[in-house]
Amino acid sequence: MHLWAQHPQYNRLDSIQQLDVVYISSRYNHKEVIPSQTLSGEQLEKLSSNSIADALRYFSGIQLKDYGGVGGIKTVNIRSMGTNHLGISYDGIELGNAQNGQIDLGQFSLDNVEEITLFNGQKSALLQPASDFGHAGAIYIRTRAPRFDEDKNMNLKLSAKYASSDMIRLSGLWEQRLTPRISSSVSAEALTASGKYKFRYRRFRQDGTVAYDTTAIRQNGDIWALRAEGNLHGMLDEGFWKFKVYTYHSERGIPGAIVNNVWRRGERQADHNFFTQGRWQQQLGEKLTTQAVAKYAYYHTHYVNRDTTQLMVDNTYKQQELYFSTSNVYDFLPWWSASLCYDFKWNKLDSDMRQFVEPQRYSNYLSLATALNLPQIKMQGSILMTAVKDHTRKAVSPKSITEYTPAVFVNYTPFETYDLSIRAYAKKSFRMPTFNDLYYTDLGNALLKPESALQYNLGMSYDHQWRTGLFRFFHIQTDAYYNSVHDKIVAYPKGQQFRWTMLNLGKVHIKGIDVEAELTMVPTKDLLVTGRLQYTYQDARDVTDPTDSYYCDQIPYIPWHSGSAIINVQYRNWNLNYSFIYAGERYNQQENIKYNYMQPWYTSDLSLSKEFKIKRADCRVMLEVNNVFSQDYDVILNYPMPKRNYGITFDMKI
Amino acid sequence: MKRYGFVILILTVLQFFACRSDETIVYMEDEDTGVTTTKSEVVGLYLLNEGNMGSNKCTLDYLDLSGETVHYLRNIYAERNPNEVKELGDVGNDIQIYGSQLWMVINCSNKVEVCRATDAVKIGKINIPNCRYVTFDGGYAYVSSYVGPVSAGSSAPRGMVYKIDTLTLQKTDSCIVGYQPEEMVASRGKLYVANSGGYNFPNYDCTISQINLRTMKEEAQIEVSTNLHHLKLDRYGQLWVSSRGNYQDKAPNLYCLRITESGQPIVTHQMDVEVSDFCIVGDSLYYYGVGWNQVKQENTRQFGIINIRTHQVVTDRLSSTPELEKIRMPYGIIVHPQNRDFYLMDAKNYVSSGELLHFKADGSFDYKVRTGDIPAHAVFVNKSK
Repeated sequence: MHLWAQHPQYNRLDSIQQLDVVYISSRYNHKEVIPSQTLSGEQLEKLSSNSIADALRYFSGIQLKDYGGVGGIKTVNIRSMGTNHLGISYDGIELGNAQNGQIDLGQFSLDNVEEITLFNGQKSALLQPASDFGHAGAIYIRTRAPRFDEDKNMNLKLSAKYASSDMIRLSGLWEQRLTPRISSSVSAEALTASGKYKFRYRRFRQDGTVAYDTTAIRQNGDIWALRAEGNLHGMLDEGFWKFKVYTYHSERGIPGAIVNNVWRRGERQADHNFFTQGRWQQQLGEKLTTQAVAKYAYYHTHYVNRDTTQLMVDNTYKQQELYFSTSNVYDFLPWWSASLCYDFKWNKLDSDMRQFVEPQRYSNYLSLATALNLPQIKMQGSILMTAVKDHTRKAVSPKSITEYTPAVFVNYTPFETYDLSIRAYAKKSFRMPTFNDLYYTDLGNALLKPESALQYNLGMSYDHQWRTGLFRFFHIQTDAYYNSVHDKIVAYPKGQQFRWTMLNLGKVHIKGIDVEAELTMVPTKDLLVTGRLQYTYQDARDVTDPTDSYYCDQIPYIPWHSGSAIINVQYRNWNLNYSFIYAGERYNQQENIKYNYMQPWYTSDLSLSKEFKIKRADCRVMLEVNNVFSQDYDVILNYPMPKRNYGITFDMKI
Repeated sequence: MKRYGFVILILTVLQFFACRSDETIVYMEDEDTGVTTTKSEVVGLYLLNEGNMGSNKCTLDYLDLSGETVHYLRNIYAERNPNEVKELGDVGNDIQIYGSQLWMVINCSNKVEVCRATDAVKIGKINIPNCRYVTFDGGYAYVSSYVGPVSAGSSAPRGMVYKIDTLTLQKTDSCIVGYQPEEMVASRGKLYVANSGGYNFPNYDCTISQINLRTMKEEAQIEVSTNLHHLKLDRYGQLWVSSRGNYQDKAPNLYCLRITESGQPIVTHQMDVEVSDFCIVGDSLYYYGVGWNQVKQENTRQFGIINIRTHQVVTDRLSSTPELEKIRMPYGIIVHPQNRDFYLMDAKNYVSSGELLHFKADGSFDYKVRTGDIPAHAVFVNKSK
C-alpha cells in the first residue's frame, strides 16, 4: 500500500540507542519524493531553544529575522524568497495570517513538538491539502502524538525554566488513553519575562581608539503569555482522526529601534489567538485514500503606541479564517497513483482604524498531482490552480486573480548498494499580497501585484551506516538552486515594528547552495558524539532596473554565507551540547554601500544536562549559557540582541 | 577516505566564514566633482538627509564651494563628533544657520542639535519631543513640536512652540499652538506657525497660529487650507504657505497672505499650483510639486517659478535638460541667493541613496552627487565676515 516504499526514514539514533519508537500513522502516509531536513524531538530537547523560531536557525536555506529578546518578533525567510513564500503547517494544517503573512514563530513553543521538517519547493507527497502544493517552501511542525508504554494509560510531563531577562516558563503535558483507540493530550504553558537585557554599542576610530562605548538595558520588552492546546486522537480501521483546540494569549511590549537619544519606547501589543482544527484520514477500499480537514481561526490583536513623543495609536485587528480541504489519492497501479485535492479558504480582517476597508478574501485551490514509484526513480508532478477574490467595503473591489502553478519533482537512486540519491525539481509558485500590503490605511498599496517565484533545484543525498567502529552514521545532502522572484514585495521596518513601507521591489535572481551533514560517532562504550553541520550560500541580486543605484546588489538582510554547527556529546546520563550559528556580512538596505553594511555575527550556545530518577519519575536538569562570548550584534539594524545569558530547566516525566 | 569527508567538509566550509572586526564609526567620503567652483559669497552648503524612521540614518553632508573644484563631503557628522553615541540620529527634519551656529532638528531622536557652523562640531543639544522646524528671532530660536497637552475630544495632542535662548541653549518659554505644527516665520514681533493636523487624519488642521513673541501667547488662528506645511516670508512681507491637501480629493496648493497693520495675516491669493516645497529668492519663488496620477499610476512632477509681486506663474519648467526628467522623487530645493543657480534633491525610493543635482541659473544641468538617504533640507554657508 505504500506509495513510496523507499528506504525508510529511520531515526538515526535509534539503531544505536535502541529507542522504541512507534509510528502510529506512518502506514497512511504517502512518503514524499524528495527527503527533507528534519529536527526531531530528541534533538530539539538538547538545543537550548526557547521557541520554534530558534530551532529553525539550524536548517540550511533559512534566515531568521529576530528583533531580539523573549517577546521579540521572529520570522523566517526561505532561500531569499521572503517570509510569505514559506508555508507553515501545524499538525498538517497551514497557519495563516492574511493580515501581514508573517507567522510569529516566537508564539509557538517547542514544548510539545515532536518534529520540525523543512521542505524546499513543496512537500512532495500526494495526500495533503491542495494549498500545500503552492508554497515555495514549507515547514511542518508536528506535535507529539500520545503513545503509551505497556500497562500505562497516562503520561505526564512537567517542565520549569528560569532564565535571564527574569524569564520564568512553566509547562505541562498530560496524555491520557481514553479508550483503546482514542487518546487525548493537553499541553499548557505559561511564560513571563521582564525582557530586560544588557546590550552594548561600541564603535572605534580608525586609529583604534574607542569612539563611543555604551551599555544599556533593553526596555519595554516585557511579556506574559499563556498557551493551551488540547488534542484528541482516534484510530479507525484503516484510518485515523485528530481534533485540536489551540489558544494563545499574550501581552507584550515592543522594544523598538534603538536610535540616537531614544532608549525606550511605548509600543505594546496584546494577542488573543484561537483556532480549532480537525483532520480525518481514511482508506476506502484497496485503492482510494481520502483526507478531510477543517479549521476555524480567530486572531485578535490589540496594538497601542503610548509613546507620547509619537503618533498615539490604539488599534484593534480581528482576523478570521475558515478553511476546508479534501484530498483524495487513488492508486491506479502499485507504482502509479494520482491525487485530486480542493481547498476553500475565507479570510476576513476587521479593524477600528479610520477608513479601513475591512477586506474579505475568498480563496479556492484545486490541485491535480500524480506520482510514479519505480525501483530507482520516483517522480511527482503537480499543478495547482489558485483563484483569489477580495471584497472590500469600497465600491470597487479588486479584480479576482487566477494563477496556475506547476511543479515537477524527481528522485533517482542509481545504486542498490549505496544509499545515494540524486534529486531535482522545478516549480513555479506565487504569493498574494497580504491585507496589509494592499489595504493598510496609510501604507497599503491596492495596486500591488502578486509576487511569483520560479525555482530550479538539483541536489544529492548520501547516507552510510556502520555497525561497529568509531563512526556509526554519516549523512550528507547538498542542493544547488536557482530562483527568480518577480514583482517582489519587500517590507521595511518603519519606526513602529508593526508597520512597514511596501515596495514592489521588482526582480530578484537568487543562486544558492545548501549543505547539510551529520555524523555519529561512538568513541568508547557509553559515549556518543553527534555532529551536525549546515551551510548556506546565497547570492540574491536585485535586477529590477539597471538605472537603480542598487542594480545587481545583494538584497537586504541576506548574508552570502551563513551556517550552523551542533556538537552533542552524550555520556551515560550526561549530555553536553554546543551549538554555533553564523550569519555572514550583509546589508540592511538595497544598496551595498558602507553605510548599509552589517558585520557578520556568530554566537555559541552551550548546554549541559543530566538525567536522573526520582522514584519512578524520569527527571532532567539542564543548564544553558547562550552567546557564550557575549557578542554584541544586531540581526536587524538598531535592534540589539542580548549579550551572554543563562538558563536552567527542570523536566519531569511520569 | 569517506571517514575524513566530514572533516574536509568542515574545513572547506570554514574557509567561507569571515570574522568580525572592530566596528568603526563611518568616516566621510570626499568626492571631487571636478567642476570648477564659481566663487561667491556662498562658500558651502550643508545638506541634511532625513533617513528612514528607525534606521538612525539621518546624516549630514557638506558641499564645499571654497576650493578650486566643487567637493562633496558625504556623511561628516560621525567623523566630526566621534564620541556621539549612535551618531546624528533618526529622521532629520530641518537645518538652519543662525550666526555661527548650525541648528539641526532631529525629529525621531527628539532633539535639536546645535553645532559650530564652520565645522559641524557639536556645541550642545536641546531635548524636544517630536520636534519639526526651527526659526530664529532676536537671539532666540523657536522650535515647533508635535507634542503638547492632549485636549478633550481629540486623540492627538496639540502642538507646541518652544523658545530657546541661543546662548545658553536652554528652553525659556513655550506656547500651545494648533495640531502638529510645521514651519514657522518670525516677523515684526509675531511668530506665524503652519499647523498641519497630520495626526488627526482625516480631520486635518487648516490654520496658521499667530503668536505674540513678547507674551509668547497665541493671539489668533487664521484659517487657510487643509494640512499646512511650509511657511516662508518674502521681501515684501507676504507669507507663502503650502497646503499638503488630504491625499484624497483635496490637492496640494500654495497660498499667499498679506500681513495687516495689526499683524494678522489674511489670504490674498490661492495659486492653484501643486507645491510640495519652495524657495524664495528676490522676486522669484522656485517651487516643485509631486502628485499622484491615479489613472497613469505614476507620480507627476511640477517645477516652476512664481513671481511673488504679480502672483503669476512665470514658468512651469525650471529646466529643459533630461536630468530634470530623471528625478524620481524631488524632495528639496534651494536657490543661490545671488547667482540664482539652484539645487534639487532627489530622494529616489526613500530607501536608497538620493542625489543632489546642481543646475545653472539658466536651467542647464551642471553636476550631480550621491547623498545619504532622503536628502531633503539644505542651508547655505556664507563667507564669514
